Amino acid sequence: MQIQRDMATHGEKDVDRIEPFWWGLFAAGGGIAAMFAPMQILLQDLLGNAGVPVATSSYRRARRLAANPLVRMYLFALTSLSLVHWAHRFRYYVMDLGVTGARRQIALVCYGTAIAGSLDAARIVLRLPGRAR
Amino acid sequence: MASGESITLTATRYSPEADVEPWLQSYVIPYREDMVVLDALNYIKSYVDGTLSFRWSCRMGICGSCGMTVNGTPTLTCASFLRDFFPGEIVVEPLANFPLVRDLVIDMSDFMHKLGMVKPWIIRDRDKPVTEGEYRQTPAQLEEYQQYSQCINCMLCYAACPVYAMEPEFLGPAAIALGRRYNLDSRDEGALDRLKVLATSDGIWDCTFVGECSVVCPKNVDPAKAIQQTKVDTTIDWYKQHLLPWMRR
Repeated sequence: MQIQRDMATHGEKDVDRIEPFWWGLFAAGGGIAAMFAPMQILLQDLLGNAGVPVATSSYRRARRLAANPLVRMYLFALTSLSLVHWAHRFRYYVMDLGVTGARRQIALVCYGTAIAGSLDAARIVLRLPGRAR
Repeated sequence: MASGESITLTATRYSPEADVEPWLQSYVIPYREDMVVLDALNYIKSYVDGTLSFRWSCRMGICGSCGMTVNGTPTLTCASFLRDFFPGEIVVEPLANFPLVRDLVIDMSDFMHKLGMVKPWIIRDRDKPVTEGEYRQTPAQLEEYQQYSQCINCMLCYAACPVYAMEPEFLGPAAIALGRRYNLDSRDEGALDRLKVLATSDGIWDCTFVGECSVVCPKNVDPAKAIQQTKVDTTIDWYKQHLLPWMRR
């Protein structure tokens, strides 16, 4: 039980200029991960493998679908925003676990991982052939 | 009506002049099923041990003075019935996350300071002359902020907040909810002024959305919602400012 506590109070601080940017991507990532990731897994992995004739039931059909620029943009958004969502949530989980120091470094590792994963996703999506073979 | 039964209430004792650290003292008192924990404390104060110190005032969930930790949960002792614990023991401790003054009394200076930081009053660029009449509000405009105006400053949300426990600089649930209450008020013009306090790394962005503040709130103020909504508004403003500067409010 605390008898004394260093009550730092809330000092005058500048408005956080960068946090809304990350939080916006986090919120968008949460929405897209919650809505589209389960649908993607259901269509691509479960139904397709169960023999249901969905658009992704064969590699050839999936490739044909991925030739569409809109589908590529969707695949990139699904991957990158989900990664940013993870990064932001994980950064706060670390704080909830009691790690209060090294905030800048933790943020760097979390968002850095998401950015690296997003760049890799962009590379893969861009290298997909434009026309199904 | 006396039932002849008794209950054990254990309370934190601490006297800064005599004790190095707090300790627990148990009291066996008569049990009645219509008694609340605050009644039990007052019984001890009146008939068993007059040295026990605790804050209270209205006994009806309005003043917010009698918040304490009852069996590990921050709660208003005037709204916590003995029958919910009987025949088990009741342990009453001071609210967590605040410095201890004596027994069950905590130092609320930090909370009071933070309440003032959010300027919890109507701010106007220019006050209307009295001759122009009152500031009128529709029921819908009242509805916008009414939920957040129910706060009784009991500080249970601060005692329950794990972020405030780790980081005393955090502005905290009640202060942010109160700031939002005035930002949503149609008569108020101080939102930008308050954002300088709310939209900082020690303000809304410190919250990790654990949500315990809303769980323990005795008035259903839902401070976690206030914080999340302020995050959404601030984020939309940021993206408007940077991506659609001509659409900025």
